[in-house]
Amino acid sequence: MNAPRLMSMLAAAALLAGLSACSESPQVTTYEQGKYQGKADSQPWDSPVFKGDKAAWEHAMKQRARGQHEYNRIP
Amino acid sequence: MGRMKFLCDAERCIECNGCVTACKNENEVPWGVNRRRVVTMNDGVPGERSLSVACMHCSDAPCMAVCPTNCFYKTEEGVVLHDKDMCIGCGYCFFACPFGAPQFPNGPAAFGDRGKMDKCTFCAGGPEETGSKEEFAKYGSNRLAEGKLPACAEMCSTKALLAGDSSTVSDIFRDRVLRRGKGLEAWGWMTAYGAEQKEGAQ
Repeated sequence: MNAPRLMSMLAAAALLAGLSACSESPQVTTYEQGKYQGKADSQPWDSPVFKGDKAAWEHAMKQRARGQHEYNRIP
Repeated sequence: MGRMKFLCDAERCIECNGCVTACKNENEVPWGVNRRRVVTMNDGVPGERSLSVACMHCSDAPCMAVCPTNCFYKTEEGVVLHDKDMCIGCGYCFFACPFGAPQFPNGPAAFGDRGKMDKCTFCAGGPEETGSKEEFAKYGSNRLAEGKLPACAEMCSTKALLAGDSSTVSDIFRDRVLRRGKGLEAWGWMTAYGAEQKEGAQ
């Protein structure tokens, strides 16, 4: 095998080896939904005022919120 | 019950800062921290408008999404709260929040010297025993457990700041604007307030 031919073969092999690193692997990550890691909290209706009565709490909150509407206060 | 929300009526806010003072007083918020503040646009120019801004208790809260310690949680009634014992004071929530709600008291924390994040709790306390000293010291007052609305909204002299269940708050605002006779042409009105009231909408 003559020298130029050997050189060209080596160059071709080097080129192939270089291109082999150009493959593209998928880089899309998957995001996971976080989950609360802290202490548990109690519900607002589990208070000494409402004693676990959710309906009473909701009614009280609704009345309070509606009280912000001053047109309703005008007779 | 749907979601607890704030709504500030820019036509009514007179920039008195009563909401800011009520919040500071009710929750004994430390120096340098304002859970609520009044922002004025075109200050001094005729037609200036003011808005009272705090945590908006987002339905899809960005602070919850970015927190590396997952210290945020959303209550059944839609209030976004966090566990200060888990907070490392990294400040990610501050950068993520479009309203600048997370505040830092400049104190010791596991990460830097910002201290543990403090923000509006909708006067719903936090993950400590309801009405306890620990709850008040860390998160402030728990008015929701007493059947009351946040102090800022209840103290608002012009009732510009409304708080409560989103459907009730939108009903009040819708009625106001209809009586005012202007505002209906605002962009997004039909999307936000044009629909019929939906009880328990998520």
